[in-house]
Amino acid sequence: MVDSPTADPVYKTDALIAEDIETYLDLHQNKGLLRFITCGSVDDGKSTLIGRLLYDSKMIFEDQLAALEADSKRVGTQGQEIDFALLVDGLAAEREQGITIDVAYRFFATEKRKFIVADTPGHEQYTRNMVTGASTADLAVILVDARKGVLTQTRRHSYLAHLIGIRHIVLAVNKMDLVGYERETFDEITEDYAGFAREIGIGNFTAIPISGFKGDNITTAPSSNTPWYDGPSLIQHLETVEIAGTADQGRSFRMPVQWVNRPNLDFRGFSGLIASGEIAPGDAVRVVPSGKTTTVKSIVTMNGELQRAVAGQSVTLTLEDEIDCSRSDVIAIADDPPQVADQFEASIVWLNDEALIPGRGYWLKLATQMVSATVAEPKYEVNINTMEHLAAKTLELNSIGVAEVTTDRPIVFERYEDSRQLGGFILIDKITNATVAAGMINFSLRRAQNVHWQALEITREEHANLKNQKPAVLWFTGLSGSGKSTIANLVEKKLHRMNRHTFLLDGDNVRHGLNKDLGFTEADRIENIRRVGEVARLMADAGLIVITAFISPFRAEREMVRAMLPEGEFIEVHIDTPLEVAEARDVKGLYKKARQGELKNFTGIDSPYEEPEKPEIRIDTTAMTPQEAADLVVETLLGFA
Amino acid sequence: MQRLTHLERLEAESIHIMREVVAEAQRPVMLYSVGKDSAVMLHLAKKAFFPSPPPFPLLHVDTTWKFRDMYALRNKAADEAGMELLVHHNPEAMARGINPFDHGPLHTDMWKTEGLKQALDKYGFDAAFGGARRDEEKSRAKERIFSFRTASHAWDPKNQRPELWNLYNARKAKGESIRVFPLSNWTELDIWQYIMAENIEIVPLYLAAERPTVERDGLLLMVDDDRFPLEPGETPVMRSIRFRTLGCYPLTGAVESTAATLPEVVQEMLLTTTSERQGRAIDKDEGGAGMEKKKQEGYF
Repeated sequence: MVDSPTADPVYKTDALIAEDIETYLDLHQNKGLLRFITCGSVDDGKSTLIGRLLYDSKMIFEDQLAALEADSKRVGTQGQEIDFALLVDGLAAEREQGITIDVAYRFFATEKRKFIVADTPGHEQYTRNMVTGASTADLAVILVDARKGVLTQTRRHSYLAHLIGIRHIVLAVNKMDLVGYERETFDEITEDYAGFAREIGIGNFTAIPISGFKGDNITTAPSSNTPWYDGPSLIQHLETVEIAGTADQGRSFRMPVQWVNRPNLDFRGFSGLIASGEIAPGDAVRVVPSGKTTTVKSIVTMNGELQRAVAGQSVTLTLEDEIDCSRSDVIAIADDPPQVADQFEASIVWLNDEALIPGRGYWLKLATQMVSATVAEPKYEVNINTMEHLAAKTLELNSIGVAEVTTDRPIVFERYEDSRQLGGFILIDKITNATVAAGMINFSLRRAQNVHWQALEITREEHANLKNQKPAVLWFTGLSGSGKSTIANLVEKKLHRMNRHTFLLDGDNVRHGLNKDLGFTEADRIENIRRVGEVARLMADAGLIVITAFISPFRAEREMVRAMLPEGEFIEVHIDTPLEVAEARDVKGLYKKARQGELKNFTGIDSPYEEPEKPEIRIDTTAMTPQEAADLVVETLLGFA
Repeated sequence: MQRLTHLERLEAESIHIMREVVAEAQRPVMLYSVGKDSAVMLHLAKKAFFPSPPPFPLLHVDTTWKFRDMYALRNKAADEAGMELLVHHNPEAMARGINPFDHGPLHTDMWKTEGLKQALDKYGFDAAFGGARRDEEKSRAKERIFSFRTASHAWDPKNQRPELWNLYNARKAKGESIRVFPLSNWTELDIWQYIMAENIEIVPLYLAAERPTVERDGLLLMVDDDRFPLEPGETPVMRSIRFRTLGCYPLTGAVESTAATLPEVVQEMLLTTTSERQGRAIDKDEGGAGMEKKKQEGYF
């Protein structure tokens, strides 16, 4: 049988609850909240420790305990004793495999604090889950098996915890019962860890010898088994460590605007979660990036107006002046606003099976800002086992690197070191909408204000008006040999005869000049399309009807070009020819070479073609002659205009 | 320095979540089940958007078998919040007369799981708030706050989006949707403390009173209306009871209790030795994996 729950005063006192519930509730209305993560290797006993914390704080009820006892006998690994890990390993698949495969959140409370624990997996391939769990934690408990000492994974977890900005590290040397509670073992491990911690910049940490299974030094210290230990118990430490949120109050006021509250013409409020600092009616504020200043009129809540609000509160502010302010803006204290930039150096943790493609457009979400962004080839990747910097062309699942990030418009930010809220971002794949990476801004590479857009006197509308046409980009996409160039040429001839000002950008021709430095790797093909997109945009700005004929196999790049142009000006023309047909035609003999392995990365053979989902025009070349196809394109284009 | 209490931090987080959804979703809705968690979620929504009314409707996926007190409070709460109340009944379940007495698990599947999918499809909602908490049940402990669903409403626990900081990814393709759980980090005790602190109205069934009951299969059931088929020899007995969770009255077990005030309820909860879902028949199907399986099929 397990040790019975301790009757220690750190947990809820049944006597007070039974005798005077009102007093008890008053005492407990105002607890603080600490979020922490536990991390360790597969068999370090994390789940057992968490099960123990829940059990000791009586978060486990009789019915759950009965189920646990039954499960322990059926699949448990502790013989007839209770296997606490079974309490925590939530999903069916994991119960069978006996490992934790995702982040799970657990809750318990002592007399002083409420705790939220992120239980993060120790498996090698699951770095992303640990980063996820750590991103909201104030403290990390790094578990080490006393029999094994500091392992590669211990280093990895410590590095990640430090990278994600966790200031409080606890080294929990677990399974002390299995090494006879020897002081030497504990001291050796602590010393070993201290050397490593210094290397990666962890200033200080708290080492505690424990047994999650037996309960030593969990709630009280020292346990009778470790009379030589003179530090706090794990719970005592968790109850007294400083909560990160309160530190944010000491910094300058910033509130990313989430939503404009406009119930009627007389009220206009700006809602958001205060990221840092504090605010009161009458304070001078600046809306960033516009830079407009005003003062705070009131802090509105359903329970009445506030005289003051602080970091961590969700509020609605009204302002004295009617100024432009909406979601994605940041309201900041007037004399110390955050910076604005569009190029950064960032640490990036890759979270997706599909590796980073440098140059591809991703959505970047930072606070309430959502912009399009590209990531350059990484400066280096970090080997998180040895902390070495390695050369890298990309970042794969679970790898961490440093790279330049460029956004399509300036964003409001702070260094991650200064603000998790304004320095941390996620990258989202534009096609699958998956969250593919987490990033932390190290610094901006240049202030955006140094690169201005030159205001042009003659606008794009005026260029187009002179030509008496509406500019457009007819973007032909399709397999090699599908007939793109043939049909595009016919379209241009037809438009030309109709006195339309056109220009045809052809794939092969562009590669002789503008893009002759590019090859056919995935990254080069993306850069090829990006450049063509930019040129097409400039030509459309000049009022032309631009026709492009490129395989452009990736959906994301076509969408990138679409996003460069005003709504309605990008017309995607899918020249839909089945691979067999294109290959049978093989006008340039390329398919043959690709099949023989002489051509690498050939679309349709060893590189994918992602069909347009909703092209404006689809041409089925097995059912239409090139002339019919050209007619259809021209009719549709003029219909659009 | 103003130290925020755990309730203040939880409140701020929930409000932040709701505002993100309203800013990024096309057509959000709040699932409202009339229980104490729904009551807290609705209260938080009122606070999040004050002085505007919450900019989304309430949706009750009804089974026709809820307690009468629940229907009364449902209509009143929606009215007071100034929100539209949508009530959906699965027409097929209605036509076939599906009920908890004769149809067992099929009752939950058709009225709730299928009913919910129908309602979301019917109105084209792309984001639905639910009041589930991570401390309730093992598979919920691992679910994201923004939980992505395919066009057929399926949940894939192995393929959840990483959720970092307080940055929520609400992007999705047409037809796909997200379930959003603003109370993810609240515990049962937090809910009660908040109800007391903010004076939130809840269904009176949470407080003890003399009510007609029968004991069946180890559950203490309340005879809430005359649709309750009594077995031979069964007669309703008046007992002082209350409920820890509220669902369909024939499926929800009561506890014998004299706790008639909120502090007394909390007192009992803190001293109790059974978990809150213990009175729910639903979790016991399929061994320990019952809830996870239901969620994959689209149950909230």
